This record gives sequence, structure tokens and C-alpha cells, in this order.
Amino acid sequence: MSTPYAKLPGWVEYGLVPLINLAVAFIVAGLVVLLVGENPFEAAYHLINGAFGRGEYIGFTLYYATTFIFTGLAVAVAFHCGLFNIGGEGQAYVGGIGVALACLWLDQTMPWYVVFPIAIVGSAFFGALWAFLPGWLQAKRGSHIVITTIMFNFIASSLMVYLLTRVLKPLGSMAPQTRTFAEGGQLPKLDWLLSVFGLNIGTAPFNISFLLALVAAFAVWVLIWRTKLGYEMRTMGHSASAARYAGIRESRITVIAMMISGGLAGMMALNPIMGEQFRMQLDFVQGAGFVGIAVALMGRSHPGGIIPAAILFGVLYQGGAEIAFEMPSISRDMIVIIQGLVILFAGALENMFRPAITRVFAMRGQRAAAVVQTKGA
Amino acid sequence: MDNIAIELRGIDKSFGPVHANKNINLKVRKGTIHGIIGENGAGKSTLMSILYGFYQADSGEIVVDGRPVSIRDPNAAISAGIGMVHQHFMLVENFTVLENVMLGAEDSQILNKGIAKARQELKRLEKEYALEVNPDALIEELPVGLQQRVEILKALYRKADILILDEPTGVLTPAEADHLFRILGQLKAQGKTIILITHKLREIMAITDEVSVMRRGEMVATRTTGETSVEELAELMVGRRVLLRVQKGEGTPGDVKLSVQGLTVKDSRGVTMVDDVSFDVRAGEIVGIAGVAGNGQSELLEAIAGIRKATSGTVLLNGESVDVTGHRDPAALRARGLAHVPEDRHHVGLVLKFEESENAILGYHNDPRYLNGVFLDIDAIRKDAEEKIAKYDIRPPNARLKTANFSGGNQQKIVLAREMERGPDVLIIGQPTRGVDVGAIEFIHKRIIEMRDQGKAVLLVSVELDEIRALSDRILVMFAGRVVGERSPDATEGELGLLMAGVEGRKEAAE
Repeated sequence: MSTPYAKLPGWVEYGLVPLINLAVAFIVAGLVVLLVGENPFEAAYHLINGAFGRGEYIGFTLYYATTFIFTGLAVAVAFHCGLFNIGGEGQAYVGGIGVALACLWLDQTMPWYVVFPIAIVGSAFFGALWAFLPGWLQAKRGSHIVITTIMFNFIASSLMVYLLTRVLKPLGSMAPQTRTFAEGGQLPKLDWLLSVFGLNIGTAPFNISFLLALVAAFAVWVLIWRTKLGYEMRTMGHSASAARYAGIRESRITVIAMMISGGLAGMMALNPIMGEQFRMQLDFVQGAGFVGIAVALMGRSHPGGIIPAAILFGVLYQGGAEIAFEMPSISRDMIVIIQGLVILFAGALENMFRPAITRVFAMRGQRAAAVVQTKGA
Repeated sequence: MDNIAIELRGIDKSFGPVHANKNINLKVRKGTIHGIIGENGAGKSTLMSILYGFYQADSGEIVVDGRPVSIRDPNAAISAGIGMVHQHFMLVENFTVLENVMLGAEDSQILNKGIAKARQELKRLEKEYALEVNPDALIEELPVGLQQRVEILKALYRKADILILDEPTGVLTPAEADHLFRILGQLKAQGKTIILITHKLREIMAITDEVSVMRRGEMVATRTTGETSVEELAELMVGRRVLLRVQKGEGTPGDVKLSVQGLTVKDSRGVTMVDDVSFDVRAGEIVGIAGVAGNGQSELLEAIAGIRKATSGTVLLNGESVDVTGHRDPAALRARGLAHVPEDRHHVGLVLKFEESENAILGYHNDPRYLNGVFLDIDAIRKDAEEKIAKYDIRPPNARLKTANFSGGNQQKIVLAREMERGPDVLIIGQPTRGVDVGAIEFIHKRIIEMRDQGKAVLLVSVELDEIRALSDRILVMFAGRVVGERSPDATEGELGLLMAGVEGRKEAAE
């Protein structure tokens, strides 16, 4: 068929459709809440209030969102190249080594603004390193990236247990974590940013790595749509045969794309390590690498979509914690169910309502045309 | 009005700013073959998609057998008695004929009963319409002509009285096309109504009773086939007089630009696809490679273009050797003056999801003209694309439109503009006009001859014998991976046909 596809107006495509999907996800989630015998409206209130009710809550929401922007971007970059990198979890985890080493080395002698850039480079380096091997195996050996990246998550997990119990742990401590960093290893909070809006940050760990995440999002946009490398990646992602025809060196681009993806995932480690805990703990990633897949899916692998999607998941994390706290019969696992529903409706079933919406708009257009015609007559 | 099978009244459809169908009125009489012709982008496919329920018309009415019907999806079309045979077959390759025919019309959850019934019904249809095909054969093992027959059977099995065929002969050999026309004649004799969408005027003249012409979204004329001529139809389609066969002067061959010696290509299973092929292409000449599809032409092109590894042999480009058996580097070949228009523009020559301007640099994206350091120079890329759009009359003239939204002919022009505007020394072209309409064919043929007259060496592969004969200065015929003969373009169709079938060639080799 050589005819153009039926197209929806931009605000419907990128605004209304996701909103409807989200609304349905919340309605179904509400039914689940009802099933466990709780009031869904009360839960909704706690979700919204817990995420936005106070400056402190907003700070937490954006803190989580920062993490998800990094991992979402990581998945998106690989995805543009036709690679499904589900190893963000492990890459972020290993990326923590770069952050920890920079801080342990310099935190007592240097101010944060010297340590931060070094930690950025370190986290990206280690994250990229962890993605390099699966990328290389895919490019040279044809080992499928989905299999290798998920296996590398487990290897990363074991590696970090070893490092945090044997190597990076201070002598005599019983906790599997590094020592707490001095001031040089602590990122400043963005309290001033919230106070512009008259909000008080309280104890929220909302820190400067949020700004780094925004810069990274812009950089990813530039990379994908404005550089030669991004062009080659997109060509590969859409059509491997066209890439071969164009003389694009697939194995090289595969490895580079994976390293950029891993580097972005690794940078996620800055936020919890330097921004909240001021030390590297066991399992500090806490599934953010996997949430990144959902974020990239919802944000359609576009930085402009990933940021709002990451904030949405920030809301679900922060507001969800609040629900679990205020309504004891709704456990932490219930929140995971709600998050799952959001992923289901906004990601996997994204096109469920599209035909109906398209029809509504086709009818509207028809009526408008009819009105014009009668006026003309 | 009993004898009208289907009527369209005031069908109108827009896609955003593109007005694809403007107030279309059409009456198709029962028991006739009605041709619909028009250039690519004239709106034929859109109109048929509306008829088959893929799209909804913005306004207008469809009347089947005197009753207005609402066709919201293909199921509604099927229950209204409309069946469609798509240009690209909708068959499950690893299912049998029987399974494909009953797919979606199984009648019950338990297949056994349905299978028996379907087999019986299939037997009846085969007999009634002389559509023999083994119901237990796997689709992937059938030749294209038979696959198409299965598509027709599928429609008949669903009790279609009105059959729409979209470019049915695009994939068929001349003999298969003739057979299809006999089948269509048979169907017509049994009272079926057939709508034939094509851009091949010869087919229209050979088989239809009436013909409607579309141009730029409008239905510009309906003629009784017996009372019109190829010239009139071509003029109606394009809106001006067209040359059906391009004028070509004598070539002036110069130095050898491309030399292929003993080239052998094996596929991944070790089957020899190209077998010890040698030839030269000189500056200022067009060498055409004729042959039935699948006789090694595609592999030959790919090996020369650097996409596929050859097993042995040498290729000289501008007198310098090309590494054909080791690491293949299409980008380096481009830089050395080789341009390649691939046979498959959808999967190889273009990235359909890209904007037009992005495809206009595919393969040339390393050119500093399009770059600012590592960044793409978007302004330069778009400006360059717009120049090509103007020069090659690519429609709609929008460099930012997604490539998938261009018609086949315009997509091909995007590829040609990209490869030709570089001024390459050697141009290799596969199937330049596959799925392309009359007006665009004329344009593309002219361009190819222009390239020759500018002193380029052109290697042309096409399964359209007419095209090979019209353009080539020398014709090589390939059969089973070998070049079985060389002829001048004055050779008769019959002579070339025998070579293509491998008959003549074997004798020649024996002598």
C-alpha cells in the first residue's frame, strides 16, 4: 500500500492517547485496591499528596525521577540502534565503582565540584565497560544482546558483593558498604531550585545530578538526531540491510552504541551514591535499571518523552511509598502491581485505544467538513 | 440499475494536507473486468483501501448491489462480497495452501470438521474456475504465480463476488501473467466482477472491458476499453503526451570502467548463485542483464556493489582492483565512483521510517558537505534534498515527509536522485522501474540514458525484458548463475526468451 497512514493531531498523539492509557491503568489499579478492601480514592489521594503534597515530597519524586531519566536514556540509546539493552541494572551497579573510587580518592582533599566531574567520567567509564563486553560479543560473535546483558546483571551483582564485602569495605566494619564520604563526596541539594517555587526541600535528597540528567537528555537528543553517529545508529536500528548497503560498519556501531548506553546507565549511580547515601551500599540500584526499560518504552525512546515518563515513575515510587505507609493493608508489593499496570497500559497495550480514538477524530473531521460545506452553500 | 455491482458516490479522503481522493464517482458493471489506472500517488491504492475497509472515507457512499454499505474493516468488506488480492501476498509461508485458505474462516474451534469442509469447497472452486493447486503444498515451496492463485482462492472461498486485484502482474513472469488473465477471463465468465488496478497499459488493453483513469486524486475519465487506445490512456493518466518508448541515440563506448572476471558467488548454504561470470562495461554504454528472476542477477549486483562476499574472481573498477572476496566496504566503493541503485528499495535502498532528506544522504553521510564535524548539517542536508526533489520532480515536494508516505515511483526517484547526482563513473541499477508507473518510467529511462550519454558506465539488471531491450546497448542473458549469451538489443523477444529459459544457451555451450 503506497498511501500515507492515518495520522492524529500532535496533541492527541502525544498528549491524549498517553493520558487515556494512564487513566485506564489507574482505574484498573483502583479496582485492585478495592479488591483488597481499601478505598481507592483514599489511595489516590495518598499517591498524589505523597508525590506533590509538600516541597519535601516533590523533592523525593524528582530524586527518583533523576535516576529513571538516566536508565531510561540508556535503554533508549541502545534501542535506536536496534539493540534491546536490558542490562541497565548491572551497568548502573558497576558504574557505582567509578563514583565510589572518585569519592574515596578525593573527597577529603577536594571540593565537590572537582570530585563531581571525575565521578561522572568514572561512572560512565565503568558503566560503558560493563556494556562493552555484551556489545562486543554481539558484534563479533552474534551472542544475543538480551541474553548477555541479563547475564551480566547477575555477574555485576556477584562482583559488587565481592567488592563491597572484601575490597571497598572499611576494615572492621560489618556493613557491606564503603565508608561515608567527606564533604567533597556529597553533592549539593537543589533546595534553591525548589525555593524559587516557594517550596521547602526538607530532608529530600533532590540534588544537582538532576540537572546533569537534563543535560544528558539534551545530549542524547543531539546524539540521536543531530550527529553522524546517531544517524548511523538509527539506520541500523530501522534496517540492518540498508545499513549494510550504506557501508555502515555494524559491529563498530553496535559496540559504540552499547557503550554509550552503558555509560548513561552508569551515571545513574551518581544520584544515590553522591546525592543521597554518601557511600556505596549493596544493591543501591534497586531495580532502577529495569524501570528504565518501562520509562524508555513509555517515552517512546525520545528524551522529550523520557523526562515526563521518568517523573511519572518518580510519582509512583514516592507516592506509592506514601500509600504503603498510610494504608498498612496496601503493601509495597501492591505498589509494584500498580506500577506494572501503568507499564502494561502505557507501554505494552499502547495501541489498544488508538483505533477508537482515530475513528472519533475521523468523524469529527467529517462533521467539520460538512459544516464548512453547508456554510459554503 | 441492476447490472451495477458496485458504485462509489462522492468518495473523499484526506491525510492531513494530502487530498488523496477528491469526490470520486465510479460505477462497475456486474460481470465485467474494470481497470483502474493512474500514476503512483494518483490515489488508486487509497480508493481500494477504502473499498476494502483499511481506511474510512471522510465522506461519500459505497453502494454494493444497490444497497448502501458501511465498510469499517476488511471483515465488513468480505461480508459485502468484496475480496482483495494484494500486491504483496498475505500468506503464511509455512502453512499449506488449505490452511491458508481457511485461515480466519475456520468455522469452529475444532479444526478437523473445518478442514474437511474446506478441502471439499476448495476442490469445487478449483474445478469451477480451473484454478488447480495442490491443497497440501506448502506456500513457501510454490512459485509466485501459484501463490497468487491461492490468494484468489482465498477470496473466492469467502464468497467474494467482487475481486480487487492490486498490481497482480508485478511479480509474475510473462507466461504466468498470461495464465492469470485466462483465470480472470474464466472468473468473469462465471459472473464475477473484477477490479484490476495496474499501471501497465498493455494489460488494460488486453483484458479489461472498461477502464477508469485517476490523476492526482481525481477520477478523470472512464472509457470502454475497445474504444480507447494506449496513447489516449497514457495521456489521460499523466495529463500530457508521453513517450512510451524513450528515444535513444547511438552510444559511444569508451574505456572499460567496470571489469568483472570469473566472478563466482556462493550463498550461505554453499549453493553457487553466480558461476564464473565475466564481462566488461565501458564508459558511455549500458549493459543490460536479462534473465528470469532468481538466476543470480541479484547476487551478481550485490557482489559488485560490495554488499555480498564473492567466493572467487576479480572486479576492476576504473582499472583498479576491488577486494571482492575479503572485507567488503560499500562506502569505499562509493568513494571510488561506484553508485548502486539496489533492487529492493524498501529494505536496502531506503529506510522507510526516515524523513526524505535523511534518505537522500544514505551511504553518502560521510560526505563533509553534510557534516559539521561530528554533527549533521541539517540545513545543508535539507537544502540538498530540496534541490533533488525539484530536479527529479519528487512528489509531494516535502523533504521532511516520512519516506514510507511516498509512492513507489517517488521512492525510487529518491534513490535515483541520490545515486545519480553524485556523478559516479559506474552506475549499477537493479530493477529501476519495479512498481513504478508510466510517467515515472519515462523519466527514469531518460535519466539512465542521460547518464550513458554523459560517459558513465551503466550496468542494468531487470526482469522486464522490454526495459532491457529499450535501454541496453548490449544484452547479457543470465541463466542458472551463468552468462549464457550476449545479444544486441535488436534481438527478438523470442530469441532472448529462449536464452532466458536456458534452452538456447545449453546448445551454444555444447557447440
